Amino acid sequence: MTLPEHRARREAASPQDARKAGKRCPLQPLLLGLLLLLVFFGYGFLSSRRPMPGGLGVRPGMLYPQPKALTPSRSDVLVLTPWLAPIVWEGTFSPEILDEQFRLQNVTVGLTVFAVKKYVAFLRLFLETAEQHFMVGHRVTYYVFTDRPADVPHVPLREGRRLAVLAVRSHARWQDVSMQRMEVISRFSEQRFRREVDYLVCADVDMKFRDHVGVEILSPLFGTLHPGFYRADRRAFAYERRPRSQAYIPPDEGDFYYMGALFGGSVAEVQRLASACHQATVLDKANGIEAVWHDESHLNRYLLYHKPTKVLSPEYLWDQRLLGWPSVMKKLRFVAVPKNHEEMRSP
Amino acid sequence: MGICDESRERQVCGGEGDRRNNQTFHHCFPGKPKCYPLHSVVLLTILILAFFGYGFLSSRHLMPAGVRAGHSVAVRDPDGWQVVTLSRMLYPQPMVLTPSRSDALTVTPWLAPIIWEGTFNIDLLNEQFWLQNLTVGLTVFAVKKYMVFLKAFLETAEQHFMVGHHVTYYVFTDRPADVPHVLLKEGRQLVVLSVRSYARWQDVSMHRMEMISNFSEQRFRHEVDYLVCSDVDMKFWDHVGVEILSPLFGTLHPAFYTANRKAFTYERRRRSQAYIPWDEGDFYYIGAFFGGSVAEVQQLTSACHQAMMVDKAKGIEAVWHDESHLNKYLLHHKPTKVLSPEYLWGDWLLDWHPVLKKLRFVTVPKNRQKIRNP
Repeated sequence: MTLPEHRARREAASPQDARKAGKRCPLQPLLLGLLLLLVFFGYGFLSSRRPMPGGLGVRPGMLYPQPKALTPSRSDVLVLTPWLAPIVWEGTFSPEILDEQFRLQNVTVGLTVFAVKKYVAFLRLFLETAEQHFMVGHRVTYYVFTDRPADVPHVPLREGRRLAVLAVRSHARWQDVSMQRMEVISRFSEQRFRREVDYLVCADVDMKFRDHVGVEILSPLFGTLHPGFYRADRRAFAYERRPRSQAYIPPDEGDFYYMGALFGGSVAEVQRLASACHQATVLDKANGIEAVWHDESHLNRYLLYHKPTKVLSPEYLWDQRLLGWPSVMKKLRFVAVPKNHEEMRSP
Repeated sequence: MGICDESRERQVCGGEGDRRNNQTFHHCFPGKPKCYPLHSVVLLTILILAFFGYGFLSSRHLMPAGVRAGHSVAVRDPDGWQVVTLSRMLYPQPMVLTPSRSDALTVTPWLAPIIWEGTFNIDLLNEQFWLQNLTVGLTVFAVKKYMVFLKAFLETAEQHFMVGHHVTYYVFTDRPADVPHVLLKEGRQLVVLSVRSYARWQDVSMHRMEMISNFSEQRFRHEVDYLVCSDVDMKFWDHVGVEILSPLFGTLHPAFYTANRKAFTYERRRRSQAYIPWDEGDFYYIGAFFGGSVAEVQQLTSACHQAMMVDKAKGIEAVWHDESHLNKYLLHHKPTKVLSPEYLWGDWLLDWHPVLKKLRFVTVPKNRQKIRNP
């Protein structure tokens, strides 16, 4: 065939052939262009997806009152620690702004609670009230540690919230039940939590939520002011005072007395805290000593030398029967459920 | 895309999200293997894996263990500080029922500290910083006649700025030979960066955003943990230390910290990227002093520069130039610390409010006509 004939044959091909032939040419650069676009957007998408510590965004058009530089948000309480960690009280924060910031990061909060032996009885109220008040609108995973999984009540959960039941052993002594929590939290942080949640909140179970507990508490490491000691001089704090214990704090040191019933932070920081407290407990045991307030004593020692990045006011841990409702507490958010100590703590 | 079947693609291959999904491509090219050769598919797959891998890896790199979403960080993570182990220290007990300041707001509604004298214990903060072995970069632009301010700026910085910590001064100038020789304390160094000047002072001011953004990418992120970006016609009069450091900080403008938001000199023309409506706005931040982690400062300066380019293309220039854009950025990307006007006081303000216990960083009087003209 001559060249002109060959060309003529090609030109005479069907419209379909012509389309295919035409497509094969722009296809490669088009695909390449597409790939480049994909890489560009994908990188941008991924790199913005992880929470950025500063400059947490809010959407335009959000309306709220102007903060006034010469008007303290609270005139009756300390709202900032000397190391510049906010102390969270009602009136110091805007839930709208914070919710927006945390929703944009799509955070997931894990809430750990131990319901061992008779303490399973507290679970229903704990979970039901958490559903109403805890991190509403955000993703939540409850981690219920128990020695009796069959007794975990079935509580309907809102969207974006789930519950995991994790089996643990029980101990004869309630002090050991309390102290084992540090070891378990440390272990599960490594094995599981760091892949599933961004923040961990570790709480006692014999409690109920009665008002908002939200993202204002979230921070790399937070502790909560014990409601019985927020007015006290540091010498009156119930720290461990025997130098032989790992939890020892001398009388001239100490910022606050934190309560063991509510602490938390990023998974990594909580893991570090729980691991350190567990090691300290083990060391004490080997030395034949048990800290006066068990895991709480070790928690206080840890938070003295590893300053928390937020401190929660006693609004976040209250006992109304013991302490009433003083005017400085504008809200009672998370409160003790009355219990018969002897009954609950016996086998 | 128009590769196999255009009409079908428009339906199925949605927005950006879809592009990430491999399956989308199967939809786009349903059972028509002849539409594209095999090696393209392989190339595509490899590229997707590479990009995901890179994105995953780089996000790990950005997010040091245990910090994310907050302010603490693993060692050497510039985006915050680590919860480090302190040693025994003696200081007065913080009293829960006694505010540190009764005359000022010390925490923003998004729980960022506002730094005033009396709110912080510098020994505690210094200890936390030293344990992390951090370096602070201070950028300053001494272009054209503004070179005359540099000596006093650097000398007073040596006395008051981050004393005892590692500091690198980054002096941007169009006349490197004129940079004065100032004796520096141990652990501190000065780097001169040559840049072009602009005819208009507004352009000199605005292009700082571009230059900081470029150098952050090329250099700063490898050399320092935090960046502080400052005007040069200033002097340090008192302590300016690690209490200011945080992923992202801005400073309250000394002329507006008592004003109603309607009086803030935000850009009010909708056409500008810096536009802020009357009923929005937290504070009016001054362009002369801002900073944060290198990553955050890079994002801020890059965003401001882009915004200024968009404005320029539309033939509009924001009323207060880079400061207008800074304010827009900080409205929608809340800073994690806010500095009180102690940290930027104006020499033109004749008396000061008793709320200011210290004047730490103050403008130097200048003859605007003379200094801004050739």
